[in-house]
Amino acid sequence: MTEEPTARPVPTGAAAEGRGLARLCAVAALLAVAFAPFLALQPNRIVSGEGFSLPALPAAWLGLPLAAVLTACALVAALAHHAAVQALAGAAGALAALLGAGLAATALLPAGATLARVSLGSGFWLTTGAFGLILADALVKLRGGPLARITLAFAAVGAVLAVLAAGLWNDLSIMREYAANRDSFWQQGARHLVLVGGSLAPALLLGIPLGYLCHRLAAARGAVLAVLSVIQTVPSIAMFGLMMAPLAALAAAYPALGAAGIRGIGLTPALLALFLYSLLPVVANTVAGFAAVPPAVVEAARGMGMGPLRRLAGVEWPLAFPVIVTGVRIVLVQNIGLAAVAALIGAGGFGTFVFRGMGQTAMDLVLLGAVPIVILAFLAAVVLDAVAGRARGRAA
Amino acid sequence: MITVEGLTKSFGPVRAVDGISFELAEGEALALIGPSGCGKSTTLRMINRLIEPSAGRVLIDGVDTTGIPPATLRLRMGYAIQGIGLFPHRTVAQNIATVPRLLGWPRPRIAARVAELLELFGLPPAIFARKYPHELSGGQQQRVGVARAMAGKPAVLLMDEPFGALDPITRTRLQDEFLAIRRRMGTTVLLVTHDMDEAFKLADRLAVMERGRIVQLDAPESLLRRPASAFVESLIGSEDRGLKLLSLAGVTALMGPAMDWMPIGDGTFRKAGANVSLAPLSASASLREAASRLVFAGVDELPVIDEGGAIVGVIDMERIIAFGGGSR
Repeated sequence: MTEEPTARPVPTGAAAEGRGLARLCAVAALLAVAFAPFLALQPNRIVSGEGFSLPALPAAWLGLPLAAVLTACALVAALAHHAAVQALAGAAGALAALLGAGLAATALLPAGATLARVSLGSGFWLTTGAFGLILADALVKLRGGPLARITLAFAAVGAVLAVLAAGLWNDLSIMREYAANRDSFWQQGARHLVLVGGSLAPALLLGIPLGYLCHRLAAARGAVLAVLSVIQTVPSIAMFGLMMAPLAALAAAYPALGAAGIRGIGLTPALLALFLYSLLPVVANTVAGFAAVPPAVVEAARGMGMGPLRRLAGVEWPLAFPVIVTGVRIVLVQNIGLAAVAALIGAGGFGTFVFRGMGQTAMDLVLLGAVPIVILAFLAAVVLDAVAGRARGRAA
Repeated sequence: MITVEGLTKSFGPVRAVDGISFELAEGEALALIGPSGCGKSTTLRMINRLIEPSAGRVLIDGVDTTGIPPATLRLRMGYAIQGIGLFPHRTVAQNIATVPRLLGWPRPRIAARVAELLELFGLPPAIFARKYPHELSGGQQQRVGVARAMAGKPAVLLMDEPFGALDPITRTRLQDEFLAIRRRMGTTVLLVTHDMDEAFKLADRLAVMERGRIVQLDAPESLLRRPASAFVESLIGSEDRGLKLLSLAGVTALMGPAMDWMPIGDGTFRKAGANVSLAPLSASASLREAASRLVFAGVDELPVIDEGGAIVGVIDMERIIAFGGGSR
């Protein structure tokens, strides 16, 4: 906000600028396609199986053309002179890998083998990741507006969901796990959102006023931030553990609280822990946001006869808002990840699948929990970055 | 009329401002001038109660302002500061409209006032009204800052080093513009500055402050001719005092009748019997300019012309030197 926005660099030679990342990713994709196991065939869901790179796929009629398409996409991305071409190559590569994985899984699965599973190998993840980065890099170069970025992020997630809904991945192990946990998947998903939203909302309601108070009272600032920093340093598993004993005692002492759902395990301690973790980013960014309001602006507002409330609502809040949103973004992404750990104390959420999968050494069950968490965190980051960008643009 | 009576501010045992009193007539410009820490800014900020006075009071047209809530009082006093403090998230027009909106003016009146001020400050509304502060140069920002301070037609415009952060060329241009606007609008101004040239240029009277007190309150010419103390003298600068004195008076006040100067057609003039032709002085020139031109040309006298190019008189070195007489 302090930088001179008039000095914004002109996008000269958008294609020439920073071709390094795209080329690096293209090389990674080429190597992954050629050598890394794209899929693995397992005798059952627990035993690790035999990996197949795309060229080595028994169904050569599928493996070779797919490898060729991915290679072509990587080459186009590496040599593209225009960022739009690079973006298309990235999107096409990622989509081809996505579709190809499903088709290849069907082809790889022995007919009639009920226990056998086909899981995604490192080749698939590397290829998809590389094309994803190529796409993201191109979008940065294209300097799309906040709305364009949100649209593209949702379109990408929508494309993945469409592939899944069409049943193209049904022969992949991760979708087998989904099929076995269909009902609880959506329940735990909803629970995950409750954990994230239920801790974020009170953190904002308390944290923003607390941050403003810290901004106004220098004496409170040091103490509050110190306490919140200490809370932040408690490891998450320890924090969830720490919540259990006092809440259990509380519920035992006051049965009414217990009846209201407050107990040592489950939702309450998880929400409390996530709420405590949320406070520092919210409070610290609120303090930083208000501190970044230029003193001359506040002085001028006072000197012209704006009262304290008018100054806060009309001048200080709008100028502090972009920094505060950055804090909300940190909290949201952090809580989406941390909420997974809450499954350990019976609070549910996508973490349930992660820990159950780890217990059963079923990696695809772990992925069933982990992948949605990554997608949620990604969407939250994109949306809030866009909100912060817009606010910053207006407050320039 | 603004009356300041015994304004005092104590910080613990220290009296930053010690019983300041002065009167500011309608349409007058008064400069509070002095070194850093002399209490001039504190005095200004006590008048709009950004700082609560320890003692003393301020009257507007004879009415004591002590009982008025500070925010209400400030709506009647424009405030322009060195840091400008434009609202970065509001357009130029919205910035200027701040006080009129707080005063609850109807929309058409606000729009008209904003357009009037933008025109006045040489910022055509069609180009500048919708711009954001970061799109303006420093000089343009400060113009908007002063326009914003004047928007609510305040009883007095308080200015704290308003042109201090600008480069010398922009500063001079803004001072000239502001002087013209002030004369046209009849704005009452209280200016805080440490720049003696700025004070001489913009103010009708100067209040020289030293350690929280006014040590001399006088018109620029009296201040130069009769400084009350060695401190005032040092502040004025003793070397170029004579030149400063000359800069206060215009040539028309001192010129004699034009006798035997003739135009020779190319805009220059020649005195009968002489063989050099000289460019004339404009009637709006100061004596300082006249002296400079005389010295540079190495002549005794120069013709003075009006806007139409007709000779209205001559100015000579003897008269200019005599202007300095009568000083202490």
